[in-house]
Amino acid sequence: MALKASELEVGMTHSATLVEDLKRTQLVQYAGASGDYNPLHTDDLYTREVAGYPSVFAHGMLTMGMTGAMLTDYVGDGRLTKFGVRFTAQVWPGDDLKATATVQALREENGVKLVDFTVSTRNQDDVEVLSGSATARVDP
Amino acid sequence: MAVDRFPIEASHIMMFARSVGDANPIYHDAEYAAKTEPGAIIAPPTFMQASAQFDPEYSLRPKIGQPWFGSGKEPTGVKKGSTGGGGGNQGTLHAEQHFEYHRHPKVGDVLTTTVKPGKTWEKEGRRGGKLIFSETITEYRDQQGELVVTARGVGVRTERPATQ
Repeated sequence: MALKASELEVGMTHSATLVEDLKRTQLVQYAGASGDYNPLHTDDLYTREVAGYPSVFAHGMLTMGMTGAMLTDYVGDGRLTKFGVRFTAQVWPGDDLKATATVQALREENGVKLVDFTVSTRNQDDVEVLSGSATARVDP
Repeated sequence: MAVDRFPIEASHIMMFARSVGDANPIYHDAEYAAKTEPGAIIAPPTFMQASAQFDPEYSLRPKIGQPWFGSGKEPTGVKKGSTGGGGGNQGTLHAEQHFEYHRHPKVGDVLTTTVKPGKTWEKEGRRGGKLIFSETITEYRDQQGELVVTARGVGVRTERPATQ
């Protein structure tokens, strides 16, 4: 199921819908699994009245985790060697997110074929919420 | 904030994968996972972040008998102007996260972490107010002492709520 270098070209893209109408409950679910109970993500009263945001918003790491699923579904299990992102805008309950990986380079390191991707996750208004890169080991 | 013992456990991986909407059976079905290239249930790419569960001092988890900055009767359980206690690193947001996988941890691994501070820098926010960035490097090692994952996180401290 892994990708083959011989079938990839620079500029090729792969996209996946990560979530439609993101639910607050998913933020609770992520808080529980990750252990990050920052009330900014689950406690609307605190977030509005104390922190000064319009509502709770998603953990950046939830967006990264969902984007990671797009990558591993594409490159195969255990194939990622690097994955790094910047969080460029907040993700709010109700958002739809779509992530895209674009082949940036194909290369070889110590006899191992690698592919570098740029990674971008955007919301329903086409605002980029996550921008990053990833590298995966691919078959010849 | 180092973690002495981060056991990679099947139920934790199952719950974590569910929470990020990842239905891949390699994260919950041992029989299926055995037939995949990794040959076992492995950690999803961002799972190292969940080592927070095993950090006794982690500031973003309510602790028994201690004040907590989230709401109860009042919008926050911590008095304005009080410093220390109550949890949280209020005003700090996650700006960047980078992982380098030397191998993918699997169920049964027991990891330890070492944490090193990285660079610190400042930037002017788009709507004014200073943004202070600081980097943390976390190395995850397995029971043999081999480096498994290197993580680099960047936090940003804002003087006012960040806007998109």
